[in-house]
Amino acid sequence: MMTSFLFRALDKNAALFLGLLTAIIVAVPALNLLLPPDHPLHVPTYAVTLMGKYLTYALLALSVDLVWGYCGILSLGHAAFFALGGYAMGMYLMRQIGTRGVYGDPLLPDFMVFLNWDTLPWYWYGFDMFWFAALMVLLVPGLLAFIFGWFAFRSRVSGVYLSIITQALTYALLLAFFRNDMGFGGNNGLTDFKDILGFDVQADTTRAALFAASGIALGLCFIICRAITRSKLGKVLVAVRDAESRTRFLGYRVEHYKLFVWTISAMMAGIAGALYVPQVGIINPGEFAPANSIEAVIWVAVGGRGTLVGAVIGAVLVNFAKTWFTAAFPEFWLFALGGLFVFVTLFLPKGIVGTVTDNWAKVSRRKHAVDERPGDTPSTRPAPNPAE
Amino acid sequence: MTRQTSLLYLDGVSVSFDGFQALNELSLVIAPGEMRAIIGPNGAGKTTMMDVITGKTRPDTGDVYFDGVIDLTGEDEASIAELGIGRKFQKPTVFESHTVRDNLDLALKAPRGPFQTLFHTITGAETKQIAYLLDLIRLTDKQSELAANLSHGQKQWLEIGMLLAQDPKLLLVDEPAAGMTDAETEETAALLKDIAEDHSVVVVEHDMTFIRSLEVKVTVLHEGSVLAEGSLDHVSADPRVVEVYLGR
Repeated sequence: MMTSFLFRALDKNAALFLGLLTAIIVAVPALNLLLPPDHPLHVPTYAVTLMGKYLTYALLALSVDLVWGYCGILSLGHAAFFALGGYAMGMYLMRQIGTRGVYGDPLLPDFMVFLNWDTLPWYWYGFDMFWFAALMVLLVPGLLAFIFGWFAFRSRVSGVYLSIITQALTYALLLAFFRNDMGFGGNNGLTDFKDILGFDVQADTTRAALFAASGIALGLCFIICRAITRSKLGKVLVAVRDAESRTRFLGYRVEHYKLFVWTISAMMAGIAGALYVPQVGIINPGEFAPANSIEAVIWVAVGGRGTLVGAVIGAVLVNFAKTWFTAAFPEFWLFALGGLFVFVTLFLPKGIVGTVTDNWAKVSRRKHAVDERPGDTPSTRPAPNPAE
Repeated sequence: MTRQTSLLYLDGVSVSFDGFQALNELSLVIAPGEMRAIIGPNGAGKTTMMDVITGKTRPDTGDVYFDGVIDLTGEDEASIAELGIGRKFQKPTVFESHTVRDNLDLALKAPRGPFQTLFHTITGAETKQIAYLLDLIRLTDKQSELAANLSHGQKQWLEIGMLLAQDPKLLLVDEPAAGMTDAETEETAALLKDIAEDHSVVVVEHDMTFIRSLEVKVTVLHEGSVLAEGSLDHVSADPRVVEVYLGR
């Protein structure tokens, strides 16, 4: 059962993507660690971290695409799950600092000492253990998504109303995490990390390992997403996206399907956040900003929603452009992003990958039509489903 | 007929929306294996009646029973579909970005939970059933086309095929001949009569030639309740029916 489920995920296209990803996961750390710094092919450590950050964004985009591209749930609050995963990891990293903090308190992080707290809040217990933090990276976003989705989908909140509520959710969390008495470092968030699993977070080798971990997480989540979208459940999701009430009248409990995919997606966003934090070295309430969630939606729109590879490509391309643009013309980035979104919506409604596969299908169909003798019935699918 | 021996039993069903009385003390009984045609002018409550039966709308008052004992007013759309009531919408509604084949696959009677569909692999029996249905609705050579590329009439047929794939006891068919050519209408009537051999069917339709070719008992709805019932000749001879259709 499980093998056929995973087997379905792997075909030529998936293998191509995973092969490419594997090559990057191996090559980038190797070029960073094995070559001397003055070698022309040497990849500097800052670039490794930057690309590692892109990979975590790609994973966030993948999670947005799973709910939006395949099930039609436009989430404008996915950065909330990303940030919660990030905070869970941040709490672990804070507790690893120990006596090396400014105040040298063995138990309390610096900001708590600064606030004159004398005991560790109960919800910080357990975060000194990596396995516990890793579990929370999945459970906290997953549980929040489950509870949120349970109420929203059961009450049949959908479309723009749901989008607005998700936006409110992330904004509410933003305000809550800003407060010092929440116990998450308030405005400053969590930072000044020292080590992860005993390795120095600043070390080149740790950076390379975090890059590789981000790539592996992206690859695994890609396989899971693909197995989901190519299963019968995936077909039901697309059915819900296209004709929700028809699906209901066929006997499918639409709310259960939405809840399932929504919760999985939130957990993937949480993993992305957890890998993001040790690489950028800080997590603060700014990550909950509504604009972050909207940006993630734009990545998916640019790459091509309803195509998993598209989400990844969109996230990497837009963020690469952002890095370059914010260095070259810092004050124009938001205009460029807005312009990009308008351009894609008007001229590439299926995104980059959707447009490319469409045109490719057209060309191959034309070729097919020429090859085909009259009277033959085509046995293959004429158009590759853009949803694959 | 008593409630216990009926397949579908509506008694005194009333529904109102913002003061508009869509159904007014509607009572209707369908026997097992029966095929019934329902006609009525616009706003007579035909679609609301289907909504009540399929769980989309809750009646304000009245009883709705399926199979004699199951109270449908307490169930939602998904569980009513699972009980064995299939519905075809007025506007053909199929899954446009799925292939014809996948449309039927999704409709096939099979466990409906997310975890069951996640690990589902298609069985030989299912493949055979899909092939049978494709042949029945004459879409075998279109099976790999996306449903979006079908003609209007083909979509209607695909939706009827999906209904059959569910293997329901009762089919509610809302305007199956709408937008079809005469030839297609004739074929659709023949198909429905075929289906009625081993299913109960309720057909809502405006097209009188279509109704006539079905040769079944007709119920006339007007302003949310039953105006007349009987053979088509019988009801069309009824002066009240004539008045409702032709206006005063």
